[in-house]
Amino acid sequence: MAAKTLTIDGKQITAEEGETILQAATEAGIKIPTLCHLEGVYDIGACRLCLVEVKGTPKLLPACTLKVAEGMEVATDTERLRKYRRMTLELLFAERNHVCAVCVANGHCELQTLAYSQGMDHVRYEYTFPKWNVDNTHRLFGMDHNRCILCTRCVRVCWHIEGAGTKNVSGRGGKSKIITDLNQPWGASESCTECGKCVMACPTGALFQKGSTVGESERDRDKLEYIVNAREKKQWNA
Amino acid sequence: MAKRIVIDPVTRIEGHAKISIFMDDAGNVADAEFHVVEFRGFEKFCEGRPYTEMPGITQRICGICPVSHTLASARAGDAIMAVNIPPAADKLRRLMNLGQFVQSHALSFFHLSAPDFLLGWDTPPAQRNVFGIIAANADLARAGIRLRQFGQEIIEWLGGKKVHPAWAVPGGVRSNLSAEGRAKIKAWLPEAYATTNVALELFKKTLKTHGREVQIFGNFPSLFMGLVQPDGTWEHHGGKLRFTDSSGSIIADQVDVANYKDYIGEAVQNTSYLKSPYYLPLGFPEGIYRVGPLARLNVCEQMGVPKADEELKKFKKLGRGAVTSSFLYHYARLIEILAALEYIERYLDDPELSSDYLCADAGINSLHGVGASEAPRGTLFHDYTVDRNGLLQKVNLIVATGQNNLAMNQTVAQIARYYVRGNDIPEAMLNRVEHGIRCYDPCLSCSTHAVGQMPLQVQLIAPDGRVLSEVARS
Repeated sequence: MAAKTLTIDGKQITAEEGETILQAATEAGIKIPTLCHLEGVYDIGACRLCLVEVKGTPKLLPACTLKVAEGMEVATDTERLRKYRRMTLELLFAERNHVCAVCVANGHCELQTLAYSQGMDHVRYEYTFPKWNVDNTHRLFGMDHNRCILCTRCVRVCWHIEGAGTKNVSGRGGKSKIITDLNQPWGASESCTECGKCVMACPTGALFQKGSTVGESERDRDKLEYIVNAREKKQWNA
Repeated sequence: MAKRIVIDPVTRIEGHAKISIFMDDAGNVADAEFHVVEFRGFEKFCEGRPYTEMPGITQRICGICPVSHTLASARAGDAIMAVNIPPAADKLRRLMNLGQFVQSHALSFFHLSAPDFLLGWDTPPAQRNVFGIIAANADLARAGIRLRQFGQEIIEWLGGKKVHPAWAVPGGVRSNLSAEGRAKIKAWLPEAYATTNVALELFKKTLKTHGREVQIFGNFPSLFMGLVQPDGTWEHHGGKLRFTDSSGSIIADQVDVANYKDYIGEAVQNTSYLKSPYYLPLGFPEGIYRVGPLARLNVCEQMGVPKADEELKKFKKLGRGAVTSSFLYHYARLIEILAALEYIERYLDDPELSSDYLCADAGINSLHGVGASEAPRGTLFHDYTVDRNGLLQKVNLIVATGQNNLAMNQTVAQIARYYVRGNDIPEAMLNRVEHGIRCYDPCLSCSTHAVGQMPLQVQLIAPDGRVLSEVARS
C-alpha cells in the first residue's frame, strides 16, 4: 500500500493510504478529541468533536472519516476548532437532560470528561428539557434516554461486533431515539443476547447495569477492541 | 389600627421564609404565620427515575443534611428490595448519621443560634453572627467550628466527601471505614467531648438568665414524636415511632414507620409551600406535634450512653411530664451531640466496621417502600411507590421542618404577642421572633423539598389584607 506524506499541526508524518486523519494523528502522538469514535467499530463522523482544519478547504472535516492524502496540511487545535468543539458540547448538553451529580456515569463519562478538557464552563444555549423516559424493562440493563447523545456506538457494537442487530435508531434530528428491535421495551426484545456490549460502549450514563447508583458505571471498552482484533486477526484460530 | 407585620426573609436559618404578624384593631397581635416561600418540586420530578438513584437525587434537597436524606432514601430502597441489610452496613449508616448529628447540631448552636443569647438580643445585626462570636470569644468560636468539622470528617471518611456522598445505596453501603479513618476519629474524640462540655456549661449558664425566653419562646402543650428502640431508648436510625403528649404520657408506641399514614395527616395551607403534618387521630390543627431534639428527648426514656443519660436526667427536670419550651431545643441539641460522641466511641472498637460484606443483593420484591431516619431536625420519611421495573410512580417526603410547622407558627405568635405593640417594630423584636424559628433549626431547603442567607422582612397587615407598613432588614 502506498505511503502518504502529510503534515498535522506542523509535524511531518507518513501514513498508509486508506488511513484516516484520526488514525494517522494518533500514531504520531497527536490527540484529537473524539466522542462517537470507538475502537473496534467503523466510524460515522456523527458527533463533530474531531473536526479538523484542512488547508485549501473552507469546511471543517471530521478526522475520523477523512482519509489521508499526499501533501495534506491539517490543523487539529486552532482557536476556531476549540470554539466549535465547545459549541458542539454545549449543544449536546442542552439537547437532553444531563445531570452529572446524580448520574451513574459521573466521573467515568466521556461527555463530562470532554466538557472539562475542552473548557466548557457553562452552556450558552437554552436547555430544552425534553421529556424522555427510562427503559428499565430489561433483566440486566437499563436505558435512560435523557442521557443519550445519539452517538450510535451501541447500535454499531450490537450489529457489527455482537451481530445481534437489536439496537437501532428511530426518528429524525433531536427527536431521534435509540430503540430495541421494532421499538419494543428492551425487556421484550427477542434478538437481544444480553451480551452487554452496548452498555460497555456507551460514553455516557445512558446505558447502565440495572441497580447502578451514582458514579458506579465504569466501563472496560478495551474488551470490545480486543474481541474485534482477535476475530479479524484470527488470533483464536492460531 | 389593625395590621399585619411581615418578617421577610428570616435570617440565620437554612433556606428562605417570611413571617406575617396579624394585628387586630386595638394594635395587639391577633395571629402569626410562618411562610416558606421556596418551591422545589422534588416529589414530582423524581417520578420516572429508578429507585436506586434516589439516595443520590434526594440528598441534593439539602447541603446541611444530605446524609439524612440519603439514609432515609436508602432505607426506602431496602424496603422495596425487602431485604435485611448486612449488619456492617447498618452500623456504618448509623455511624454516618451520628457524624451528621454532630455537624448539623454544632452548626445550629455555634453558627446560627448562639449569637443571639451569647452576644445578646439587642446586639447590632452586623455583629450578631458567627463573626461576632469570633470577635467576642475566638476560642469558643474555633472550637465550635472544629466540632462541626469533626462531624463532617466522619461523613467524608465514610463516604468519600463531606457533602452529598454517593455512599448509601438500597441494600447497604458502598465502602467500610478504613483503619486510617478509625484512627483519626479516635484521636479527635477528646477534643469533641471537651467542646461539647463547654457548650453544655455555657448553655446551662445562659438558662439562668433566660427564664423569660424559656417561658415565651414556644412554650405550649403539644404532642412529640420520635423514633425509639424497643425498650424506649433514644434512637436515630431504624427503630419505631413513639408519640407522647405534653404530660409525658405515651399515646402511641412502637409504630412501624411503614404505617405512618395511619398516624400522620398532611394539611396544605395556601400561604406556604410547607405542608403541615398533624397527628391524625386528633385531627387538624389539634394534632400539633413537634419533632427534633426536644421531641426525641421527650419521647425516650434513656439515651443508652452514660454521660448523655446524666444530662437527660437534668433535662427532664425542666418540665412537668414533657419539656414543652422550644427554647430548650438548644439544650436538647447539645445533649444529642454528647450522645452521638459516645455512640461514635463505641463503634470505634467494633471490628465489623471493617467488613467487606456491605450490600444485600435483590431485585424488586415490594412495589412500595417507606424509609425513615432521624434527621438532626426530626424524623424524616421517604415513601416510594415503584412499578415492576423499579421506576418511581409516586414519591412522598415528610421532612422534620414540615412536622414542626404548626409549632413554629404558635411559637412566632407567642413571641410576637409578648414583644409587639402598636406600630413600632424595633429590630431587636424582629430578632426575637426570628429566634423562635431558629430554635427549631428549620431546614427550608428540605421542607420544601432550597439554601441561602435569610434577610428579614416584617409586614403590618390590616384585617382587610392591606399591607400598612413594611420593615425589611437588608
